[in-house]
Amino acid sequence: MITITVNGQRHDINGDPNMPLLWAIRDIIGLTGTKYGCGAAQCGACTVHLNGEAVRSCITKISRADGQHVVTIEGLSANNDHPLQQAWNEVNVPQCGYCQSGQLMSAAVLLRENPNPTDQDIDDAMSGNICRCGTYQRIRAAIHKAADMQREGAKI
Amino acid sequence: MRKLIVITGILFIGGLITVAFRTEPAKPASYPILAKDSIGSVKAFMSVYKVLMSSRCMNCHPAGESPLQGDDNHIHTMNVKRGVDGKGLYAARCSNCHQAENTTGLHMPPGNPKWGLPPSNMRMVFQGRTPRQLALQLLDPKQNGGRTKAQLIDHMAKDDLVGWAWHPGDGRTLPPMSRPAFAAQVRLWIAKGAFAPSAKAK
Repeated sequence: MITITVNGQRHDINGDPNMPLLWAIRDIIGLTGTKYGCGAAQCGACTVHLNGEAVRSCITKISRADGQHVVTIEGLSANNDHPLQQAWNEVNVPQCGYCQSGQLMSAAVLLRENPNPTDQDIDDAMSGNICRCGTYQRIRAAIHKAADMQREGAKI
Repeated sequence: MRKLIVITGILFIGGLITVAFRTEPAKPASYPILAKDSIGSVKAFMSVYKVLMSSRCMNCHPAGESPLQGDDNHIHTMNVKRGVDGKGLYAARCSNCHQAENTTGLHMPPGNPKWGLPPSNMRMVFQGRTPRQLALQLLDPKQNGGRTKAQLIDHMAKDDLVGWAWHPGDGRTLPPMSRPAFAAQVRLWIAKGAFAPSAKAK
């Protein structure tokens, strides 16, 4: 039995310890915001936070997450109001949307560690998340906007 | 009484100085020492060099800030960077994709619990180093992570992440000799005097 806390809720999973975390999140727990892209840690669509780090859940075994804390896109904020989610909305970042939950989860780690990222910092953080629609410029703009919002929020 | 306090004080300070400057008893080296033999030592190092410059070792000892991949030593895709601790940056930390063990299958991420590059303050570059440069670098504690010769042997012979090179997962070529043979050549290089090859050696 493997126990994983996902978005603050404990889940006991009776499955093969080698099962990808993504399978557990989508098929067992039923949170389908996290997407399957490549299955090889090449595209970033399946990015979730494992103890705060932006892991690729498609190749992370559930045994690694046993007893750990996972946050998915559904748990990034209580009301879809994380500065990144607000900025994503304002800039209209998504086109097809498939990669965007992974993009947001990676961007959240960047903003947590670097509240004022440069274009280079954004490239360094985000190059492992690919977008077939090519929304990269809007992703970059939205991260800058979210950083501004986060700073403004901190002043209040 | 005052005299007694002064004398006690002097004795105490003297004792402290003696303790502070006491030389450590010479420890016997934990590796065999052979007669100095510059030719034999350099010959052993040249075998070591071939291993260190193989893709499995060099890819994580790059000259730049990005790790390398594949047998052609191309720059790691996804713009991955070393970071301060050698474990990547932000959402591109090594362990976000690289697990504690190799992921099965061709082109899947290899893994080890310690997966990463040398840190930014101790870059330990192999790529582009000549045999002489690499030998001198490996022997210099300021450039080798503060390792003594015995620790250097230990690292090459026993370190788990170094050992990954001989268990690299599907589709990756192995270094040009076995790990025991490699460790033996490292020991021989150092036992015979740890000589660096001449500047002409390639």
